[in-house]
Amino acid sequence: MIINGVTIDATFAEAFPMKATRAIITAQNEKWAMISAQAMTGFATSVIACGCEAGIERVLDPSETPDGRPGVSIMIFAMGGKGLAKQLETRAGQCVLTSPTSALFAGIDGGKPIPLGKNLRYFGDGFQVSKVIGGKRYWRIPVMDGEFLTEATTGQVDAVGGGNFLVLAESQPQALAACEAAIEAMRKVPNVIMPFPGGVVRSGSKVGSKYKALGASTNDAFCPTLKGMTKTELSPEIESVMEIVIDGLTKEDIDKAMRVGIQAVCDLGAANGIKRISAGNYGGKLGPFHFHLQEIMA
Amino acid sequence: MSALTFTLKHRPDQRVDLSPLVCHNLAGKEIAEIAALELQSGKAKLRVDSLFKISGNDPQNIVIKNSFGKLDFIGKDLHGGSIRVEGDAGAYLGMGMQSGSIRVTGNAGLYAACEMKKGTIEIDGNTGDFLGGALPGNKMGMKGGLILVKGNVGERAGDHMRRGTILIEGNAGDYCGSRMTAGTIAVMGQVGRYAGYAMRRGTLLLWNQPQLSATFNDCGAHTLGFLPILFASFKNLNTRFADAAVAFNRVRRYAGDMAETGRGEVLVKL
Repeated sequence: MIINGVTIDATFAEAFPMKATRAIITAQNEKWAMISAQAMTGFATSVIACGCEAGIERVLDPSETPDGRPGVSIMIFAMGGKGLAKQLETRAGQCVLTSPTSALFAGIDGGKPIPLGKNLRYFGDGFQVSKVIGGKRYWRIPVMDGEFLTEATTGQVDAVGGGNFLVLAESQPQALAACEAAIEAMRKVPNVIMPFPGGVVRSGSKVGSKYKALGASTNDAFCPTLKGMTKTELSPEIESVMEIVIDGLTKEDIDKAMRVGIQAVCDLGAANGIKRISAGNYGGKLGPFHFHLQEIMA
Repeated sequence: MSALTFTLKHRPDQRVDLSPLVCHNLAGKEIAEIAALELQSGKAKLRVDSLFKISGNDPQNIVIKNSFGKLDFIGKDLHGGSIRVEGDAGAYLGMGMQSGSIRVTGNAGLYAACEMKKGTIEIDGNTGDFLGGALPGNKMGMKGGLILVKGNVGERAGDHMRRGTILIEGNAGDYCGSRMTAGTIAVMGQVGRYAGYAMRRGTLLLWNQPQLSATFNDCGAHTLGFLPILFASFKNLNTRFADAAVAFNRVRRYAGDMAETGRGEVLVKL
């Protein structure tokens, strides 16, 4: 398949089941909601070493937030419910509770509820106040700037993590420009996050390593500087490869995000140095979710 | 299906216990069976059809017409369904109610909604003392649900209240929120003396500055983030509380009752 001069490989991305949750951070203005959200979703690019994958889903209008203030919706993905709960609570405590004027609310229903502010309330040292409003429990925790308001729990749902595609370009600036265009389009898709820095990862990995201590190592088949010394996947004109990883609530959400992302890359086309779109997989044996690029773009 | 309607034929001299006439108790019964139910009135037992003309056939939707202030225990332990009282209700309206809704177009007597657990009670007129309170000797009043009173309420509204919300558009008598353990009472009108007397936790949300006991400490003026959420939760109710124009988030906070644990609060609109 070729779109605007860009070859779409006959391959697929392989993704895994994860647990996900969503939270809504509000603040006096969008600036401070975003600061808090960026802190909360920081150092959360990959479950390999971060414990979770997290990202900002979108900015919320005051009419969309529970307290009528500007807000930001964030999502966190982890391999299991316990890990998810731990990451959520730690991040909420260190990054939202601490952030001026912030408040924190559940962003998703369903599944077994996991603590949002349920345990953070003990920071209130006995001065915390519970309020049940409309069947939901909120905690009001006295803090130095006033009160930190947080919902007690949020939901957790089954989700999909690890959807991806690779952008193969003639130069590094062209690969990055294409990925930036893709991310801009994909951020408009609900229920997905792209957890890597700016949504783009330049160090895609393969399973295993020559070093026994490492479970993953650089994806040498896609490293352009190794073209002459490894079993490469790259043709001579490819000088740079970048990857976009997508976590979503459902397979369909990831499908949609991949479609708009790949389309944005293809819109730049061969004229802007984009040669191929490929994807990362493990032979289809590890992850139950397969995203076939040509089917998605059909 | 039309509402199962009980129209009072005459006003008995004695008070009448209407607790059998609740939705879950009448479900599946024929009109003849309902007519033969006995209601306690003083020492006597009265057949339902000796007091009421019965019409309609939907026991989940009960209407009591020509009601007056001696019909007690309307909606006692109500578990689902709705009851509409046209006229006044006697004492113990909706006592121990578990779910469902009750609407009274007139006034209600003592102990309305006492020890209710869930559901909604709406009273267009005034109520007597101990609205949403605990029965004498009991330690827990209302444990959940919502009470909306458009008129005035008597003394000790929310006595021993444990959870839930009481909205009062009019005035509240003395000892409003006395011995409250938790929950929210909002009063648009004036409140009497000793508001929040011996309250342990919970919130009294007041539109007008009360005369507070010395055991309530002024914590200053604040903008509280939970208030917009609280007001938003009222928006679908048939009340002035639903009007966005009456909502506020700027209050003076008094902590108390310091003679108790002091973790309750009186919030007064600024």
